[in-house]
Amino acid sequence: MYDLSLPWWAYALMGAGLVVFIGMIAVSVRRNHGVKRSLFASPYTLWMIIFTVLPCILVAYYAFTDANGAFTLENFLNFWDSNHTKNQLYASMGEAAAAYITRGTVNVDTLVYSLWMAFLCTMICLLLGYPAALFMADRRMKIGPTIVILFIIPMWMNFLLRTIAWMSILEDQGLINQLLHFLGFDGVKLMYNSGAVLLGMVYNFLPFMVFPVYTSLSKLDPKLGEAAQDLGCNEWKTFTRVTAPLSLPGVISGITMVFMPSVTTFFIPRILGGGNTMMFGDLIESKFLTEGNWNVGSALSMIMMVLILISLGILRKFDPEGEGGGIA
Amino acid sequence: MKKTGLFFKKFYLGIILFFLYIPIVVMVIQSFNAGKSRAKWEGFSFRWYAELFQDRSIMQALQITIAVAVIAAVIATILGTLAAIGIYAMKKRSQSMMMTLTNIPMTMPDIVTGISLMLLFLFTKVERGFVTMVMAHITFNTPYVILSVMPKLKQMNKHSYEAALDLGATPTYALTHVIIPEIRQGIVTGAMLAFTLSLDDFTISYFTTSPLVQNLSTLIYSKARIGIDPTLNALSTLMFVALLVLLVIVNRRTADNAA
Amino acid sequence: MMEQEHLIDLKGICKEYDGTQVLKDINLYVRKKEFVTLLGPSGCGKTTTLRIIGGFEYPTSGEVYFEGKEISALPPYKRRVNTVFQKYALFPHLNVRDNIAFGLKLKKVPKSEINKKVDRMLDLVNLSGYGKRHVDQLSGGQQQRIAIARALVNEPEVLLLDEPLGALDLKLRKEMQLELKNMQQQLGITFIYVTHDQEEALTMSDTIVVMRDGKILQIGDPKRIYDEPANAFVADFIGESNILRGTMIKDELVHFAGHDFVCVDSGFGENAPVDVVIRPEDIMIVGEDIGQLTGTVQSVLFKGVHYEMMVSTGEVTFKVHSTTMQPQGSKVGINIVPFNIHIMKPMQEEAPSDV
Repeated sequence: MYDLSLPWWAYALMGAGLVVFIGMIAVSVRRNHGVKRSLFASPYTLWMIIFTVLPCILVAYYAFTDANGAFTLENFLNFWDSNHTKNQLYASMGEAAAAYITRGTVNVDTLVYSLWMAFLCTMICLLLGYPAALFMADRRMKIGPTIVILFIIPMWMNFLLRTIAWMSILEDQGLINQLLHFLGFDGVKLMYNSGAVLLGMVYNFLPFMVFPVYTSLSKLDPKLGEAAQDLGCNEWKTFTRVTAPLSLPGVISGITMVFMPSVTTFFIPRILGGGNTMMFGDLIESKFLTEGNWNVGSALSMIMMVLILISLGILRKFDPEGEGGGIA
Repeated sequence: MKKTGLFFKKFYLGIILFFLYIPIVVMVIQSFNAGKSRAKWEGFSFRWYAELFQDRSIMQALQITIAVAVIAAVIATILGTLAAIGIYAMKKRSQSMMMTLTNIPMTMPDIVTGISLMLLFLFTKVERGFVTMVMAHITFNTPYVILSVMPKLKQMNKHSYEAALDLGATPTYALTHVIIPEIRQGIVTGAMLAFTLSLDDFTISYFTTSPLVQNLSTLIYSKARIGIDPTLNALSTLMFVALLVLLVIVNRRTADNAA
Repeated sequence: MMEQEHLIDLKGICKEYDGTQVLKDINLYVRKKEFVTLLGPSGCGKTTTLRIIGGFEYPTSGEVYFEGKEISALPPYKRRVNTVFQKYALFPHLNVRDNIAFGLKLKKVPKSEINKKVDRMLDLVNLSGYGKRHVDQLSGGQQQRIAIARALVNEPEVLLLDEPLGALDLKLRKEMQLELKNMQQQLGITFIYVTHDQEEALTMSDTIVVMRDGKILQIGDPKRIYDEPANAFVADFIGESNILRGTMIKDELVHFAGHDFVCVDSGFGENAPVDVVIRPEDIMIVGEDIGQLTGTVQSVLFKGVHYEMMVSTGEVTFKVHSTTMQPQGSKVGINIVPFNIHIMKPMQEEAPSDV
């Protein structure tokens, strides 16, 4: 299983890289009587060029070419034409397969649905997470750091398994329905709909809202609150006029950290949505792996990247220093 | 009045935590269920724990997961620490260029990172498998190492390195005996972060490996459609307990060191 | 001075960063056991000069000589100089003793000798018994002493100090000035000291090098620098002074403030524009009727040892230091003896404002 074989040129490339790096250091030692420290970054730079810049260029290349490698804008233009995509699928894969793949939705619908779900997820996380962070930062309780650890511990369990565990709770024979039956009620359908997907998303991404908000709130000088009260604010006004505005950087970075993975998630809708819902991540994945259409898949990836960059740009406006910076 | 406020706050946090823990509790309980059904409790048993060690595909996935995480974390830590030191020594402009390069994979959604790497491997006709998965993990881990080490470098007195040279240290000695010890905490944090991220990664692994070489996440994913059997629950319960023990030990040690 | 007595020689040192010249043709020598201070406002190039001597920067052009041998390209760890850094740069992961022993361990000095030397150093800086302490448990003043001990224990030929007292409060700074000067005389080591504090420079130095905009304006002992500043900038930077526009009528006769004064300078030519510098304590307040000039006292400030009065003659206002006070508004006479009138070429000609 540890098959380490790579094409011969890959080894040649690595060897050449190593020789060049050592050579550069040797030259710099000669010239400067010491290693120039900025050279230390060169293996990383090379690595990033091969494994980040080059792949991005490849995505762009496939997005702007057709199956024969000729330049085209069709991959993007067709994005807006739902019927075109659908007809193409019918033609290429037969009716049954196409029905399975598209699941009744196509590009624009999927995009709008993904954005809407991500928006809902972000809002719910904010509504649930902000009070939690605020209460954790309450100095009288001294429990903030403990709660942070309690938030982190569940993340050690494989997130796929945690999501699957929700199935046992939500499904027709699951915990909630068993409880309802036991109490004499009729069962409810909880799985395989947008609500279940949303629940799974909020469950997975809530900590990413709580952490940055908590960090920015706990950094606040408690004297600020005292000063506000001294100047005549009651507790509510202290919150709305002082605490809330000052926690804005944390909120912004929380929104970023929840929104981005929400738009692109493709595992949660598969499990909890059971194929009835499709998000943009699923669409991209199926273009590549089910249909094998790299060109359209790459175009979709680029559209998603552009959307994310735009939203990041907008969010950056509110937090130019990037000081809300979350995880660390 | 004040007291009820505090009670309400604790109650709220309790509910949120309940929400976070309930699937985990369900998983742990299922791992001790004698039957295979997710819904019916058929009695307490260690059956799945016994089966776990018999299951070759799970044991292999575990092995691969740990091997990938360790190798990727070690290489990413070396690469990232060197890079951080290098970037720190650069002039303003190249510094901000390098930080932009570092931020690219962090802003990119996992799925795009995974797909772009998959395209790279397909384009260059490198067969996907263990090595490509390690490469992909190094790629997304290294920026996190840099971001953990960088602040420590910035906190360092900027003359520390020169002071060592001044006292007769060669650049190599100054690096290993002054700079590295001073940023050690950042390096350790970065390494732990890299290890954890790699352990838990699904999306990027999914696109950069072959069905023959699976880590736990991709294995779980491939089984999710057929139905998860409780052996996986048993496994993650064990891993969870192991990590908890590790946390307690680490906490003890840091507490001892601080005293 | 004969060449062999020079310990360090800087010849034609220029330094450029990204196209900006920070040092322009620096020529300087330092003798054995001398206490030399590089003095100037921030950005004048004094720290860069020090770093070139220390080996942390390499000159764009020009050479550095150490005992007559060129060392321009030698890295810091091969030079027989040690540095006390701004903000000390003590190694936070080592305790006090290991910080001081750092250089000796690198030289593979035997353990017993290291211990002996470190103890002697701790003694010298009055911190014996602090060896096991962690460096961040020390006060600023103590860290300062450790930084000095860490450098001195290597018995360098030259000790470079980059604003070492900058972070200390006034009282501690004065104490450390004396201590440093004593240490230097006791140990017989050459000190090159960088500061922007003119008082510090005057107190401690054998030689002061006044710098501005990457150039050396004047080199000399403190008394000479104070009494005979080379130009108006030096006069203004070192101590307080009245700087006036004037005209040299002929040798030993200068016109300023609407009056002709006899002076001792010559060689400026006839009717040449000059800068006239007069120290506030060199202006004598006399009776209104016997003064060369007359004026009105505009304001009086008590400064501890003396009074500072602003006296306006109508044409110019003089700052005067005197131990006797004249009330505000009173008419006084002003006398200046020829010896205390310093004539210098106008600044514009000497320092082109291309920076």
